[in-house]
Amino acid sequence: MDQLLQQTLSGVATGAIYASLALALVMIYRATESVNFAQGEMAMFSTYIAWTLIQAGVPYWAAFLLTVAISFIGGVLIERIVIRPVETAPILTHVIVFIALLLILNSLAGWIFTYTEKEFPSPFHDKPLFHGMITSQDLGVIGVTLCMLILLFLFFRFTPLGLAMRAAAQNPASAKLAGIRVGWMLAIGWGLAAAVGAVAGIMVAPVTFLDPNMMSGVLLYAFAGALLGGISSPGGAVLGGFIVGVLENLVGTYLIASELKLSAALLLIVITLVVKPSGLFGTILVRRV
Amino acid sequence: MTGRFVTVPSALPGGEARGQSLSHQARLGIALAFAIAAGVPWVVSGYSTFQLTQATIYAIAVLGLNLLTGYNGQISLGHGAFFAIGGYTTAIMMHRWGVPFYLTIAPAGALSFVVGVLFGLPALRLEGLYLALVTLSMAVATPQFLKYFDSWTGGSQGIVLKKPAPPTWLPIGTDRWLFYLALATLALVFWAGRNLLMGRTGRALVAIREHPISATAMGVNTALYKTMAFGVSALVTGIAGALGAGVVGFVSPDSYNVFLSISFLVGSVVGGIATISGALFGGLFIEYVPNFASDISDAAPWAIYGLFLLAFMYLMPKGIAGALADGLASLRRVPKANAALAGDRSGKQTQSS
Repeated sequence: MDQLLQQTLSGVATGAIYASLALALVMIYRATESVNFAQGEMAMFSTYIAWTLIQAGVPYWAAFLLTVAISFIGGVLIERIVIRPVETAPILTHVIVFIALLLILNSLAGWIFTYTEKEFPSPFHDKPLFHGMITSQDLGVIGVTLCMLILLFLFFRFTPLGLAMRAAAQNPASAKLAGIRVGWMLAIGWGLAAAVGAVAGIMVAPVTFLDPNMMSGVLLYAFAGALLGGISSPGGAVLGGFIVGVLENLVGTYLIASELKLSAALLLIVITLVVKPSGLFGTILVRRV
Repeated sequence: MTGRFVTVPSALPGGEARGQSLSHQARLGIALAFAIAAGVPWVVSGYSTFQLTQATIYAIAVLGLNLLTGYNGQISLGHGAFFAIGGYTTAIMMHRWGVPFYLTIAPAGALSFVVGVLFGLPALRLEGLYLALVTLSMAVATPQFLKYFDSWTGGSQGIVLKKPAPPTWLPIGTDRWLFYLALATLALVFWAGRNLLMGRTGRALVAIREHPISATAMGVNTALYKTMAFGVSALVTGIAGALGAGVVGFVSPDSYNVFLSISFLVGSVVGGIATISGALFGGLFIEYVPNFASDISDAAPWAIYGLFLLAFMYLMPKGIAGALADGLASLRRVPKANAALAGDRSGKQTQSS
């Protein structure tokens, strides 16, 4: 029983990271109707920036905030420079552009920072808490992620900019008529997604270690979480991320050899999707014909 | 979503669009292309021949994917799995049961077809991104599965095969023989693919891609066609996989990784999605551009590859085949009225979506 609770809580911590990245995916999806395959590599690159700052002697939390800010600007720039020229292109073109972005970021990171794994510091000291139920690292990750999610919720719910961004994503044409600069809202959306990804990267790096391929598995789980919860629903995606994290941990502990952990988790998701194709909380898309 | 999935070339080369038989020039062009291709192994080195064989095999695999993703609109990021099924069927049959290579190709295709149909059934309920995720997870799971069932697959060691030798009466080396084998298969598959796509079936597939509801209303059995598209697509890619295993003489789980699946999709879009000739360019792209990129920069080859991809997407949004077709059309000075008509049609499509 203790082990079950332990594994569940540690799954929640992993799930928090999937949830953040899933949210980043959903933010871009709602604006552009395509999934950013490069989201994980963007997060990885941000984590390298944080690592560089910390190596240069910047205190942890200052480096954290600075990285989030730099990632935001980076995200805006990527949208303006790389994505804008193909904004109206078909979906498959988007997919290829995202793949290109993924390869470029991955290769650049390997070139600049080398492919050797690096240790990443954590401010949470890995101590067991509450009779070993949860480690302080896991608790810290959950705390930071929840803070970020609440901040984002408040931003989208209560600020004029948040409202404008929601309008631009929901109905670009009407938003434009209402005087919202839709193009820039998209760019800000990319910036926010990159910033959220940066937080996820910094949180996961002490566990997975830092290397250019650290995010590929994480991105897949986040993608799965987003689809499981319903890719059109931010809240659903976050919940989906948590569910995938817990499932992954429990399946890996109790059911199956760890080499097949990824396959098993994906299989569960495929079954869910076949039964309920719009995800657990997604709205069923009604299309005019 | 109508008309958003692929950029349909405004003027398809020759009679491709209307299902007519090929024009005289087109026949001549194809014959010439094959004559040149057949001559190449006699002027280049053995290794270059091997590379060309690989490119030919990739072209077959890309055609398989193109059937599904280009013509039928079902995105697959997991065709590497069918390539692996083809490859491993050949490898296991040759290694365990001593079956000659040539007799393993048909079973490899058949098995891929069955798996493809089985996979196509749940895919009926999944659209766009969901299908992309499910097929991507198939690609991710492939090496894991191959390693797990190591009593059959030899685990991460893989299986070493004897490369199929040319018939004794034919005085050519193994490399050249394998190239001709691949080229002949390519010709056969492309001929069959064209016949399939330019007729009733092709129109049904495209109708389902463009507007599933209208297609159903017109009496197209959507479920049947979509499942069969998955099966046939897997069959073609599986055959390519079987050839690939024979040509390399080795199969291992890590050669069928996610990147292979992504490469197929890249090849099919860069070559020209929803065109048959595009698969050729796609195959060449998959084989040569990574090498070319690492020649330019040893330190960050994939960054260069990524830049190439971006450049292709910006400069040739319809892929290489689409750009060539447009170039030819402007050379022939297609009457402007035609172009205006095409523009009008696409305008209407956007409105109705």
